[in-house]
Amino acid sequence: MKIIILSLVTITALFFTSCGGEKSIESQQAEDTIKENVDEVIPEKTSETSDEMTNKGIGPISSIELGEIDDALAMTGRELFKINCTACHKFGKRYIGPALAGLTDRRSPEWIMNMILNPDVMVVEDPIAKALLEEYSSPMANQQLTEDEARAIFEFIRTRN
Amino acid sequence: MKQEQSSNLLEQEINTQLNIYIMKKVFKSIFATSAIIALFASCGGPSGSNKGALSGNAAEKVYVAPGEHDSHYAFISGGFSGQLSVYGLPSGRLFRVIPVFSQDPEKGYGYNEETKPMLMTSHGFIPWGDSHHPDISQTEGTLDGRWVFINENNTPRIARISLKTFETEEIIEIPNSAGNHSSSYVTENSEYVVAGTRFAIPFPQRDMPINEMKGNFKGALSFLSIDQETGHMDIAWQIKMPGFDYDKCHPGRGASSDWFFFTTYNTEESHTLMEVNASQNDKDFIAAINWKKIEEYVANGGGTKTPAKYAHNNWDDDTHTATTTWENEVLVVDPTEIPGAFYFLPTAKSPHGCDVDPTGEYIVGSGKLAAAMTIHSFSKMIKAIENKSFDGDAYGIPIIQFEAVNYGMLTQPGLGPLHTEFDSRGNAYTTFFISSEVVKWNIKDLKIIDRHPVYYSVGHLMIPGGNSRTPDDKYMVAMNKITKDRYLPTGPEVCQSAQLFDISGEKMELLLDFPTIGEPHYAAGIAADKIEANTTKIYRLADNKHPYAVKSEAETKVVRKGNEVHIYMSMIRSHFSPDNIEGVKVGDKVFFHVTNLEQDYDVPHGISMIGANTSELLIMPGRTSTFTWNPKQVGVWPFYCTDFCSALHQEMQGYVRVSPKGSSVPITYTLDDEVPGTEEEF
Repeated sequence: MKIIILSLVTITALFFTSCGGEKSIESQQAEDTIKENVDEVIPEKTSETSDEMTNKGIGPISSIELGEIDDALAMTGRELFKINCTACHKFGKRYIGPALAGLTDRRSPEWIMNMILNPDVMVVEDPIAKALLEEYSSPMANQQLTEDEARAIFEFIRTRN
Repeated sequence: MKQEQSSNLLEQEINTQLNIYIMKKVFKSIFATSAIIALFASCGGPSGSNKGALSGNAAEKVYVAPGEHDSHYAFISGGFSGQLSVYGLPSGRLFRVIPVFSQDPEKGYGYNEETKPMLMTSHGFIPWGDSHHPDISQTEGTLDGRWVFINENNTPRIARISLKTFETEEIIEIPNSAGNHSSSYVTENSEYVVAGTRFAIPFPQRDMPINEMKGNFKGALSFLSIDQETGHMDIAWQIKMPGFDYDKCHPGRGASSDWFFFTTYNTEESHTLMEVNASQNDKDFIAAINWKKIEEYVANGGGTKTPAKYAHNNWDDDTHTATTTWENEVLVVDPTEIPGAFYFLPTAKSPHGCDVDPTGEYIVGSGKLAAAMTIHSFSKMIKAIENKSFDGDAYGIPIIQFEAVNYGMLTQPGLGPLHTEFDSRGNAYTTFFISSEVVKWNIKDLKIIDRHPVYYSVGHLMIPGGNSRTPDDKYMVAMNKITKDRYLPTGPEVCQSAQLFDISGEKMELLLDFPTIGEPHYAAGIAADKIEANTTKIYRLADNKHPYAVKSEAETKVVRKGNEVHIYMSMIRSHFSPDNIEGVKVGDKVFFHVTNLEQDYDVPHGISMIGANTSELLIMPGRTSTFTWNPKQVGVWPFYCTDFCSALHQEMQGYVRVSPKGSSVPITYTLDDEVPGTEEEF
C-alpha cells in the first residue's frame, strides 16, 4: 500500500482533473475556499476529541443503545461487511477509505451508522465526513443497506475494535 | 346528410372498386400531378409564418426549470438507427437511446457476450434493424406503462422493452413475413401484439418466378400473445391473408375491441414499378378482423401447425444474459375457414394510417393518394354484416359495400394524409405529408376546425394516449421527415425533427422544434407519473445470478482453461480487482467477466482493453458483463474505466502482461500486490 497523498495535493489534482486544463480564476477561488474549509474542520487524526464523539452525524439514526456484543449479529455483520465494505476498507491500514481500527473510539455509534446509511448527505453536510472526503477523494459509497444490515455491520466492527 | 353527400361525390369510384384486384385504371396523369405537387411542397414549404414558437408564451410552456422533471415521456422510434429514443415533454430533451435492433457500442449492446443473442435471427446475427412503431401496453384501453413494443421492418421482428429498466427484454422474429410494418400495436388489454407483413411473399417461402406473384404470394398477419406477468410473447397464430401489402393497423376499442383493422395497398398485386402499378385502384381495403373469433377457433383446435424456423430471444434479468430459442413451427389460420371473422372495407386509395377513435365507433383510413379521407362506422359495419351488404369477395373474404360501412368522407382535407390520432373531445388530428400540415377536424361533423403548417413533410404524429380509449390531450408531437433550414446546417445530412404543439385549445399552438435520431416514424407518449416511480435504480448484488459474477473482491480471480483465460473481475470506485494480471499469452482468448460491486444509484463503471475487437462494457451497479479479447502482441497492456465515475476515475486502470505463445509465465493476479481474498481478515 503506497498511497501517500497530502490532502492539498489531492484537492489540486481533483480540480485539475475536473477542469481538464489550466486552472481558471473560478477554480482557483474554489480551491482557496476549500483550503479554508480544510483549516476550519477537524482533520482526520487518531486523537480523540469530545466534539467528534458527540457528533451523531446526519441521517436516520438518532440514538443507539449498546449492550454486550451480540455474537450472532456480529457474524451476520461479518458477511455483510465482506460483500459491501472490503473493496474500500481494511482494519489495519488505510485503503481506499480510512483504516477502521479504533473506529468506535473516535466516532459515535450513530455517526458510523449514518455514514453507512446516508453517505450522500453526510459527505456534503457533516463536518467530519466532509473532511474525510477531502482527504480521501473517493466518496463513501451508498450500498443501499437497511438499518438492520448497517446495525449488523456495526456490531461486527465493534468486535474488531 | 354527409353520408349521402359523400356517396354522391364518390359514386363513380364506388362502381369502379368492385372486383378491385382485377380491374385496372390508368392513373398516370393523376400520379404525375401528385408528384409535382409533392416536389413543390417539399422544396418550397408551406407559405405563411414559420415562427410559431417565438412568442414568450410558447417559451414558458416548454420551459422545464433546471432540476425539474418533464410531465410526459415520449418514446420516439429511432427509425433506421434501429433504436428507441426517450424524450421528455414538453422540453423535448433526449434522455436515453434504448438499444433494440442495432448494436450500440456506448452500452455494449450487441457487443458484449450477454446481449449478442438478442440480435440473432434465422438469417444469423444481424447488427442493425429498422425500428418503426412503438406502442405502450394497455389495460382496459388505457396506457399502463408496463412495456413498450416496437417492430423491426427489415428482418421482421417485434421487441418488448421493460419500462422499469428501459432495456430490451425480448425480441421475437416473425416468419413468413417481410417488411414488418403493420405492427406493433396492442389490443386494449395487451392480450396480443400484432405484426402484419408489408410485403406479400411466398408463404411459405419457395423458389418461383416473381411475375407469377398474383394469387400466389400471401400476406401474413401475426398475433403474438403476451404473458400478463412476465410480458413474454409467443406467436399465437398467423393469418394467411391474400397477397396484398399490409401497411398499418389498429385495434378496436369499447364495442369494437374484439376487432383489429389493417390498411392494405397494392391490392393490384403488382410486382414491379409499384409507385405506378400499385396506385391503379381508386380504393384499396381496410381488413376488419375479429380476433376473438380466431382465438375461439384456435382454442377449439383450429389452424394448421406449419414448419417455420425463427429466433426467439429472451433476456434474463437474474443472469443478465440473453438466450436464443429456436422455434420450429407456427399455427397458420386460413381466413376462409372462419366465417364471420374477416371482411374487407373499401377505403380510398392506398391508405396508410388505420386509426380508431377513442369510442371505437370511427375507423379512419388515411388514403395517401386520395382527395378525401375515408371514415368508416363500426356500427354500420356490424349492420352491413347482418344484412349481408356485400359487393362480392376477394379470395373468399367478403367485401362490404362501401355505402353500407362508410360514415362519411372528409373532403379536401389536405394532400397526402398519413396518420390520425385523437383527443378526448371528439376531435381528430391528421398529418398531411405532401401539404406539410396537421389538420384538426371534428369526427362527428366531419368539419375541419384548424390547420397548422409543419416543417416539413410530416409523417406521423403522437398525442400521449392518442390511440387509446383515454387520450391525455395536452400535447401533440408531429414527426417530420424533412428538416431543411430549421437548424444549423451539418453538411448534406441534417437531422429529422419533431414539433411540439399545445392542443388544449381550439387552435393548435406550435411550441417547440427538437431534433430526433434516425427517422422518427412513430411515437408513444405517456404521463411521467405512470412510469417514474416504478423505474429500477440498481440491481441488487445479492440477486445477481450471472455464472461469472463475483460478490466481493475476495472472490475475484483468474482461471486458465486451455487457451481460454477467464478473468473474474470486480469494479468499484475507483479500482478493478485484480488490476495486475500476468500469464496471458499471445493466441489466448481472454474473457473479462466484470461485476460492478456498487449498489448506489447512477454509478455505472465502464471497461475497455487496448486491442479488443469489440466495444467497451458499461456495467450498471450490481450487474456482470463480459467481453472477449484476443491478445496478438507481446507486452504489458492497460485497461481502464471508460465512464467517469469519481475523482479518482483517471486512476481506475490496470495492466495485463502478455507473454509469447508457449511462454511458461504462470497465471497470477493481484491487487495492491496481494492476491485478492487471501488475507485472513479484512
